[in-house]
Amino acid sequence: MLRYLALKVGRALFVVWAAFTLTFVLLFVLPANPVDLLFDPAELNTVTSEVREQAAESYGFNKPVLLQYLGRLGHALTGDFGNSVQSGRSVTATILDVLPSTFVLASGALLLALLIAFAIALIATSTRRAWVRNLVEALPSGAVSVPVFLSGILMLQVFSFQLGWFPAFGDRGAKSLVLPVITLAIPVSGPIAQLLVRSFATEFRSGYVTTSWAKGATRGVIVVRDVFRNASLPALTIAGITFGNLIAGSVITETVFARQGIGRMTQAAINTLDVPLVQGVVVLAAASFAVINLIVDLIYPLLDPRLRATLTVGSPRAA
Amino acid sequence: MTDVPEGKPDPLLRIADLAIDYRTGRRRWTPAVRGAGLQVDPGEFVSLVGESGSGKTTLVQGALGLLPPVARIRAGSIAYSGVDVTDWNDQRMARVRGNYVGFIPQDPNTSLNPVKKIGQQVIEAVRFNAPEARTAAQHREAALESLRTAGLGDAERVFHQYAHELSGGMKQRALIAIALAGEPKIIVADEPTSALDVTVQKVILDHLVRLRVELGIGILLITHDLGVALDRSDRILVMQDGRIVEEGPVRQVLENTTHDYTRRLLDAAPARQAGRLEPASGPRTVPTGSPPVLRARALTKSYHLRGGRGRQRQLRALDGADLVVRRGTTHAIVGESGAGKSTLASILVQFTAADSGTVHIGDRKLTGLGRGQLRESRRDLQFVFQNPFTSLDPRFTVGKLVAEPLRAFKLATGKQERAARVVELLRAVALDESHLHRLPSELSGGQRQRVAIARALALNPGILVLDEAVSALDVSVQAQILQLLVDLQAEFGLSYVFVTHDLGVVRLIADDVTVMRGGVVVETGPVEEVLRSPRHEYTRELLEAVPGAGFTGSGASEGERVGTLIARQA
Repeated sequence: MLRYLALKVGRALFVVWAAFTLTFVLLFVLPANPVDLLFDPAELNTVTSEVREQAAESYGFNKPVLLQYLGRLGHALTGDFGNSVQSGRSVTATILDVLPSTFVLASGALLLALLIAFAIALIATSTRRAWVRNLVEALPSGAVSVPVFLSGILMLQVFSFQLGWFPAFGDRGAKSLVLPVITLAIPVSGPIAQLLVRSFATEFRSGYVTTSWAKGATRGVIVVRDVFRNASLPALTIAGITFGNLIAGSVITETVFARQGIGRMTQAAINTLDVPLVQGVVVLAAASFAVINLIVDLIYPLLDPRLRATLTVGSPRAA
Repeated sequence: MTDVPEGKPDPLLRIADLAIDYRTGRRRWTPAVRGAGLQVDPGEFVSLVGESGSGKTTLVQGALGLLPPVARIRAGSIAYSGVDVTDWNDQRMARVRGNYVGFIPQDPNTSLNPVKKIGQQVIEAVRFNAPEARTAAQHREAALESLRTAGLGDAERVFHQYAHELSGGMKQRALIAIALAGEPKIIVADEPTSALDVTVQKVILDHLVRLRVELGIGILLITHDLGVALDRSDRILVMQDGRIVEEGPVRQVLENTTHDYTRRLLDAAPARQAGRLEPASGPRTVPTGSPPVLRARALTKSYHLRGGRGRQRQLRALDGADLVVRRGTTHAIVGESGAGKSTLASILVQFTAADSGTVHIGDRKLTGLGRGQLRESRRDLQFVFQNPFTSLDPRFTVGKLVAEPLRAFKLATGKQERAARVVELLRAVALDESHLHRLPSELSGGQRQRVAIARALALNPGILVLDEAVSALDVSVQAQILQLLVDLQAEFGLSYVFVTHDLGVVRLIADDVTVMRGGVVVETGPVEEVLRSPRHEYTRELLEAVPGAGFTGSGASEGERVGTLIARQA
């Protein structure tokens, strides 16, 4: 068990380190002159060479690459990613400012997406009517195929401008959260629902379900007590993909609904070539990704006794 | 259940003229069960025997109301103790299942919920079927009692275990406990021991017989194994193509077999064969003192298991195993699961590398050869896999499958020449040109295994290693394939290494036999000697567990067979 834990934590740390190193190479080493990136392209020609040198000095660009890298890595370990070029504030503070807002949006959307996905899978499995199942099973692909900006704008049209139920933009109050959360949840729920529908159907045909029928269990009991847990396990594994969807979706959602957040900040940072900020965001994304997958890896043995067994005693059927 | 008339009570289960169809297209239905009927009386042990596709499982699913959505009952009735349940919906059937009829499924390895403790699963079976509300403690006590009745002495421990922590036999006992938990009057068991080793099978079946006596319940056993049915049933029903073709007490079926199919089944059952099969071309000359063609010495193979806390754990799959195969003979390797027989077979053809020990083909040492040299050796040493349903590429035609080794070794390069060779090979395995362009999915199991054998023969090998090559086949098909192997051996002078778990098959095909257990060879020698007077305790145990063994004599006539039967019953 300890070895398993060490292995997984080690892997997570590696992912974060790799992300940092890769962005360092991409953003600070590969550009012909990283100093150029520190200035607004429009004003680049007007910058005097003294200013350039000063900037290079303060960012350490005149030192050897390896020293730069080690220096940045050392600072990053203490949570210091340098200062944003645009605002001059520290990258960490800038990110922490908008992080809670995105966190609320993303976790709300993930929760809603899970609810939608499980509802779809449960209905598709429990229903005895073929047309209901076919209809419900068509929903996930529909959800994935509608682009976020389209569904977001549609929802704005209907619920803010026509009905006036929810504010069109801004990030104050729970009410302003409703539309963005739904918008973001729809595309995220698609892949989860697709996977769940399939694994519910597979598990529903499995041997132990026949045993349960023979015990005298009813359809509802079987779906809830036997199929549910076994079928939910695979859904955990796609947490990584889901996370990617959440990040990509939040950029658009935050733009459409004019909310502040990591997504919009990233977009702005890329537009203005705010290199330190971009690096901070990339490392943050990698770290969250690693943490989520670490949590999944740690939860798995708790839910599946077979995996637990292979970890503790190393049975011959170790997968 | 009500409506029990005076005098003779209604049978526990009566199925009359049942017809079940499967939907195979829009408005197209294919019959699976065509007017089958059966009944089971209290305290009776009835066996329903049939090969795959005979409709026996569909019949049972129909009886339990567990037909898949694509199936429908077209005609007939199902009645439990005189109560007709044919048109009952799921909700009502749920009260019959578990409560009145218990079900033991086929494969214990997939039939228990992997994430729930055994105890919890038995408790559910108790709770669903308890007539009045009881406390959790009472449920628990009833579940433990049920586990004990199913023959799990250490019920308390099993109660807190998960399915993966139990052996196959224990899982099947847990499933029996689940079936018993609702205190049913009849138990339906669908091939309950097909996935288990023979010695375990014997214990489980014996236990079912004991339960019938102790609890006075009726048992309906579905099996493909006539031997299993003959050993324990009061009555036997033989099913073919959706119909019951033969029915009667065991002795009557044996004595006056009325239907041709039953006759064939009886003849095909390996346990009922007196001795080795003779090739069709005439009695073969048993090669005496023929030189060894394949020798394995002191083969050892361990698998490392990932253990907790850095502890290295090892599984000794093979522990100093020796094997000598004489030219032109069949050497059978028998053993139960985990005996190391498949590991041995795959080391013989060097799919797996041994940790130590040597393998020789003739004078050539096979172990330690490089890839290229090994490839050359494979010409002389071919392998036939267990499952003909997975060992053939589903997208290759039969012609392409058989020609593949020829292409790989650049033999018969001309198109005409190759086609001629393929047809020749197909003829050798009793197929013909008409099969050339078919896909494996269009062939029956027996035909597929014939194609696999033809493919193995393509390079004119001297030795064939057959790993459970007939285990996945029905008895009648199995008999045909075995006959084919014997004929091919006589024709081409092949040597076989025949890996099997079935001692009955060994008698039919082998000259020598090696009995393995836990990676160790426990006994080896000529078949006659080993089977007639086994020296090792384990061999005796295996022999006793062979179903239908009691009905065999060495070349016994029908009269003598029945004689042994009567003697057994007395």
